[in-house]
Amino acid sequence: MSVAMPSSGDASFAARIDNPAARALMRRHRVRWWEALPWAAALVFFFAFPDYLSFGNELLVVILFALSLDLALGYAGIITLGHAAFFGAGAYTVGMLAFYGVWSEPITSLAIAAAAAGAVGMLSGLVLLRTSGLTLLMLTLCTQALLEEAANMGHDWTGGFDGLLSLSFTPVFGLFEFNPLYPTTQYLLTLGVLFACFVFVRTLVYSPFGQSLTGIRENLLRMHAVGSPVRWRLVVCYAISAAIAGVAGGLWAQNNAYVNLSALDLDRAATVLIVLILGGYGRLYGAFIGAVVYMALEHFLAQIYPTAWQLGLGLLLVLIALFARNGILGLGDALWQRYRGSLPWRFRARRAAP
Amino acid sequence: MTEIRLETQALGRQFGALIAVADIDFRLAAGARHALIGPNGAGKTTFINLLTGVLRPSRGRVLLGGRDITGLPQAERVKLGIARTFQINRLFRGLSVLENVCIAITERLGAAGAMFYPAGRRTDIIDEAMQLLQTLKLAEAARHRVSELPYGRQRLVELAIAIALSPTVLLLDEPAAGVPSAESHIILDAIERLPENIAVLIIEHDMDVVFRFAKRVTVMVGGRLFAEGTPREIEANAQVREVYLGQSPMRAAHG
Amino acid sequence: MPSCQTRSPAESAVDSVANLAGILLGGLSAGTVLFIVSVGLSVTMGLMGFVNLAHGAFAMFGGYVIVLAMNRAQFGFPVAIVLGFVATAALSIVLERTLYRRLYRAGELDQVLFTIGLVFIFIAGITIVVGPGSQTLQLPPALGGQLNLGFIQYRTYSIFLIVVGVAIVLGIWLAFERTRIGAEIRATVDNRRMAESLGIDVDRLFTITFAFGSGMAALGGGLGAEFLGLDPQYALKYLVYFLIAVSVGGLGSVVGVYCASLIIGVLDFVLTLYLPKGGTIFIYVLTILILLARPQGLFGRKGL
Repeated sequence: MSVAMPSSGDASFAARIDNPAARALMRRHRVRWWEALPWAAALVFFFAFPDYLSFGNELLVVILFALSLDLALGYAGIITLGHAAFFGAGAYTVGMLAFYGVWSEPITSLAIAAAAAGAVGMLSGLVLLRTSGLTLLMLTLCTQALLEEAANMGHDWTGGFDGLLSLSFTPVFGLFEFNPLYPTTQYLLTLGVLFACFVFVRTLVYSPFGQSLTGIRENLLRMHAVGSPVRWRLVVCYAISAAIAGVAGGLWAQNNAYVNLSALDLDRAATVLIVLILGGYGRLYGAFIGAVVYMALEHFLAQIYPTAWQLGLGLLLVLIALFARNGILGLGDALWQRYRGSLPWRFRARRAAP
Repeated sequence: MTEIRLETQALGRQFGALIAVADIDFRLAAGARHALIGPNGAGKTTFINLLTGVLRPSRGRVLLGGRDITGLPQAERVKLGIARTFQINRLFRGLSVLENVCIAITERLGAAGAMFYPAGRRTDIIDEAMQLLQTLKLAEAARHRVSELPYGRQRLVELAIAIALSPTVLLLDEPAAGVPSAESHIILDAIERLPENIAVLIIEHDMDVVFRFAKRVTVMVGGRLFAEGTPREIEANAQVREVYLGQSPMRAAHG
Repeated sequence: MPSCQTRSPAESAVDSVANLAGILLGGLSAGTVLFIVSVGLSVTMGLMGFVNLAHGAFAMFGGYVIVLAMNRAQFGFPVAIVLGFVATAALSIVLERTLYRRLYRAGELDQVLFTIGLVFIFIAGITIVVGPGSQTLQLPPALGGQLNLGFIQYRTYSIFLIVVGVAIVLGIWLAFERTRIGAEIRATVDNRRMAESLGIDVDRLFTITFAFGSGMAALGGGLGAEFLGLDPQYALKYLVYFLIAVSVGGLGSVVGVYCASLIIGVLDFVLTLYLPKGGTIFIYVLTILILLARPQGLFGRKGL
């Protein structure tokens, strides 16, 4: 897609573009130095904590899942408690393909999982996104519950409650084998896939499409009034979000070498929502921060005092809802604003409560 | 005979038993400066909603440039060249003024579906937006968030978005409503400078504004067309005066 | 029990009717429990527009109070019921005044998060205080056993539940239609701004309704304990059902949530009998279809 040449005389064009607002818009998508940090940290983790790679795997999958939810929730404003439907769709796609010996090449399996989950997302989006608010929330819940029940009913194929076990996959690129005891291949594959998906999502968010999603979130009626095909945009966003959730599910199945009904349940959907809110939604990196904090806390606290973990999580949620609805990143913004004056241009304030 | 840009035929809309608008035969000429006035509850905003596609009519047709658009949804009518401002601002409050206008231009160009390059690369869109803002004297405000602006300037952004859509028909729903009188001139100046080829319909209560801009005035009462003519004719119309009895008196002895 | 020999058509017919009646009564009593718990949610959501996912937690809390009052403190059934209602209503008033109030103007997402957080706190709290096991309700002897209805003998308790349900729906309906506060609630559900400008104290109305709704939930939690079970996971296990009953019935409509609950109860009962594995899928499909056709629910009036 080529960019149109400037219209009127070069001098006035340059003068107009020199306006701080214009410059800010043109630069917004540039990669900043600190954006390399999460990836560097992930690689350091790989070398520094070889015994914790399965935990690291889990963390990366949660990040990807939360990232997918961010597209739907943070950028399209779709409040859903049913995102595990797509995670599960991807997980079962990969799982069943591998279990029945149909297809076990890991990377292409993930692509198939993305397509399957994306199709489910597109279909359900076309139908559900005609509604909004509580009705939409209910419909996402019911769709997810429906898929869970279907998987349960089809236990002859899906393994029902116990699921499909001992999945095996062919080596990545034919070279790197999956080893359940030393999940080095899995970790690097997950990291690579996460990186690829993140680059895709980041591009999407800064693109004109992403801009229109922001417009839809900021003022739906105005978007209609500027001729935007709103519902179609939301459906496409939802479908993409579903596809990425499917990839996360597929990775989960590969990492664990099993798939069961827990991929589709309300607990998983609620957890990813909490993770994203904790980090801060609509911010891309909220998924990273939320996942790290949540999983670290869960790892340490839940092992020791599971009930206290639930109590603490409940309190945390109540506090977030009351005082910190933009999560950790939101708190960071608030602090920055307090001590450094106004926010740097690129950080948008969340829309205030309607 | 000037070309008719927008036309309605026997347009009507009811909500259950309540008849909001009935039997409207209305014509808006190219390049028109047309005002729509009437007491509160006369159906003026409902009429605009019918024209823009926010509401479907109960009967009658809407034609744009001779083409029947009665069945088209709002977004498609915008693509065909109808733009409007709302009585209460509908802006992207958390975004900058520049970005508000850019979004409108991007939609108009059909570029808003693009996913694989950054919006910031479309310097043509940014440039066009800046040009428009300069014309409306909003350039210094370009980088501010809409929510930070005083209400009068926000209203101007509302106008900017509508103009950015390059409409052939522009419907302004009380453009100066809610704007403190100290600021209202910026809106009025901007309306005065609108390109001549756009057909403009303004809903207004303020007769000063009507007299300043309108070449034709339509009076709507109780959901029906009551009278139509030049501002002078309407002012002299005794029946119109009666209808406005109890409202603020019409402009006295206008030169 | 009928012998294996051939039976006359009349006997078979009577049997089928009895079977049918049995299924119907079972479903209706299950539906009634669902109704009693959910009616409070329907009214408060219709009135306050607040997504209260913690409603099931109030039902659980009240259920525990009732059951423990009977099992551990040896209170009688009626006393325990009243205690459960009052305790839960009181708790809900405290929470409403201090916490819920702050989120009335907040977005749906914040309300969802807040109430999920509350649910976790309730679950953890009950686990810590009472323990993770499930509680059983000892039915008072008067309500135990079977009742002879002429063509069928059926569990007294189930009949009791159905009767209570009818009494409640009539009572609430009468209260809405005949009392002043009922009129105020209806007005506020219909158009809140208008109601406020008419001088109705909307805040007080919220608190009263919320308290009443939570009390009803407690009632449902206790009465339904022997059918739905009572353990710390109760608050989450049945949440989807409460939400379905409310959204399919239509927010703010007592008749709506009653009908929806009964339908769900009967459907679920039938499905569990004939399609034990995964029959509930039909309830989800039905809900989706209904909500797509009528987003405001069967009896709901305004958009959700």
